[in-house]
Amino acid sequence: MHVIRPYGDTMDDGKVQLSFTLPVSDGARGREAARKLVLSWGFKDCEVVHSAPLSDEFSFYVAYGKTESSVDYDAMVADQASADASMTMDEVNEYIRREIGRKVVVVGACTGFDAHTVGIDAIMNMKGYNHHYGLERYSDLEAYNLGAQVPNEKLIEFSAKVNADAILVSQVVTQKETHVHNMTEFIELLEAKGLRDRFVCVAGGPRIGNKLAVELGFDVGFGRGTYADDVATFIVKKLAEKKRL
Amino acid sequence: MRTKLHLPKDRVDYARQLARKISAPVADFMDRHSSVTVERATLRLAGADGANADGIPVPNLVVDQIRAVDPVLLEDGATIRYVNALVKSGDSVEALNVRIADGFNVMSLPLGDRAAIEEKAAELVLSSSSRIKDNRAHRDRKLEEFRDRNHKPLLYLIVATGNIYEDVKQAKAAAEQGADVIAVIRTTAQSLLDYVPFGPTTEGFGGTYATQENFRIMRAALDEVCEKEKRYILLTNYASGLCMPEIAAMGALERLDMMLNDSMYGILFRDINMYRTFVDQKFSRMINAHAGIIINTGEDNYLTTSDAFEKAFTVLASQFLNEEFGFRAGLPAKLQGLGHAFEMDPTIKNGFLYELSQAQMAREIFPEHPLKYMPPTKFMSGDVFKGLAMNTLFNFVSKATNQGIHLLGMLTEAVHTPFMMDRYLAVENATYVMNSMEDFYDDVEFRKDGIIVRRAHDVLDQTISFLEEVEAIGMFDSIERGLFAEVKRPKDGGKGFEGLVNKGPDYYNPFEENLKRELGLVK
Repeated sequence: MHVIRPYGDTMDDGKVQLSFTLPVSDGARGREAARKLVLSWGFKDCEVVHSAPLSDEFSFYVAYGKTESSVDYDAMVADQASADASMTMDEVNEYIRREIGRKVVVVGACTGFDAHTVGIDAIMNMKGYNHHYGLERYSDLEAYNLGAQVPNEKLIEFSAKVNADAILVSQVVTQKETHVHNMTEFIELLEAKGLRDRFVCVAGGPRIGNKLAVELGFDVGFGRGTYADDVATFIVKKLAEKKRL
Repeated sequence: MRTKLHLPKDRVDYARQLARKISAPVADFMDRHSSVTVERATLRLAGADGANADGIPVPNLVVDQIRAVDPVLLEDGATIRYVNALVKSGDSVEALNVRIADGFNVMSLPLGDRAAIEEKAAELVLSSSSRIKDNRAHRDRKLEEFRDRNHKPLLYLIVATGNIYEDVKQAKAAAEQGADVIAVIRTTAQSLLDYVPFGPTTEGFGGTYATQENFRIMRAALDEVCEKEKRYILLTNYASGLCMPEIAAMGALERLDMMLNDSMYGILFRDINMYRTFVDQKFSRMINAHAGIIINTGEDNYLTTSDAFEKAFTVLASQFLNEEFGFRAGLPAKLQGLGHAFEMDPTIKNGFLYELSQAQMAREIFPEHPLKYMPPTKFMSGDVFKGLAMNTLFNFVSKATNQGIHLLGMLTEAVHTPFMMDRYLAVENATYVMNSMEDFYDDVEFRKDGIIVRRAHDVLDQTISFLEEVEAIGMFDSIERGLFAEVKRPKDGGKGFEGLVNKGPDYYNPFEENLKRELGLVK
């Protein structure tokens, strides 16, 4: 048992910083409403330290609350794709040569109407992101980045054509659950074509978790803070595992 | 303007000459071609509006009717058939629109007396042109009435709920918080639609459909705020994608004040056919110029896809090209909001000095242009506190270099579409920074051999080398070979290629002729 609470400046003081908007005009009554709201969330103590009008009908609050709630840290199970540390680019290339013995083909796209290439580019483009080279730079990978607004149908068709080992589906827009819809359609299409087992299916995006992705039928989901090395490591290990079966 | 960077004038002039040479063959091509959306934009200026029961807009119905008889017929332009139907039926524009939406085919009427058609067309040209001029005069009047009430640079905020009525609430709040410019971001799919939806819309993803009715609703709402705040609020939308000129036409008719409008963005970042894009951007820019609409170009996109330090020259090169294509469409410098962005990796040593240098460089090379400066997005993270700090530096550079249009960065850029309070914090940050350094621009100079000055000279040199390469290869081939933004676009590939139209010997477009006259583009 390892009980933890938020830490302000003293162990277990339970201090939490909050900011939010209320659909009322700014003033003493609004601040009282903000304080009562915070207390209603179970905080034992609340100080509204700042308020400001956003318009005649909206106001902004900054508040500090004190919570007595705690969790047992030892009982936590993280939603992570892999507990192991990812290999570097060179290690991945070496692993492919040793364990797979041919080039690994990866196709990626941002699907549906989602126009954001930033995620798939960070993972795939030569340059990569934040000093982690993208998959296009890997000598033992053949990477195709189809860009954004790619229909699921087209992505699957292309992947089959180039004999892909893995398909990366990027989803950035999550408004109105479009990502769930898109990802579900992708897996259903693959299954309808009897192609699901042919590919390692990877989902990614700032608000994609491994849990969600696996629930929707992907092999894995990568969220915020993922680099190409993480994705490449997962794909090649999965392929080696499949090969051994 | 006093120079702080001492850029050699002959080198800057040379870069402009290169841009002129590069764009010349493209301009020839543009003059010889139209497109389905140019024709539809023309029909919209003539008054074609509405949609049938399946939601297909009347301008599309007319163009499709002509193409269905014989694709070659569109080489004469679509206007003649629409005006012919007006003359022959004696219908008003409104009545004809309703009939077309109900299934009437303009091709069912043979072409009548040419003189009668031309007379009717002249009347329609005058009517739309007067409406656009009235809009322009109204804007000028309000800007004069509320002069000195806007921020410098103009503070630009985006709303994006998907529902125009919800957008109105957010936009009014944003304007009351201090925004000078409101942009209604479009739904993600719209740039690739080859039609403009009709009527008010309440469902979009990551944005709201650009429709003429949505434009009207937002304009009316912002006009109310203008009176209340005693500040003119500029309304912005996106004349980009497959319907560039139609959206420009709608914006001109509904008094939008700015349009995102880039000569190459669609080609590079949306995979729209290059010929189609060049033709469309020209006509859209002529309309924008006539309407006094400030365009915002999309150079920031070069930096979000490539490294902002290494590829700084691609921004300047694109600015020169956008400027030249703008001039060729009659768009004066004061309507050219050339874009650039604060996108360098925050871990780069002296990154701030480089950003300051490049922003100052844009200011000095394009002195009359209302430069559009974009905030950090690529290196924004879930650390909203760090994000706020990055935006503070961005605000500093913008004010220190006297930018024209300042898109406010959101501390939650990497987390979600902005909450109302995120916009408030952005305005608070910007007004704090900008007030505290009001006269910084006039007061501070840079060391002649320092990092800031040297960086600008380097970027200009790299830009000139790049433009020389493009000039030698040719524009179309350069795009095909991937010289821009590291993407290769085949000449006959991309979306919308089939919508390109040759202008035949009898091509008739009195609206285009009028625009050319108004803009002084007729020799």
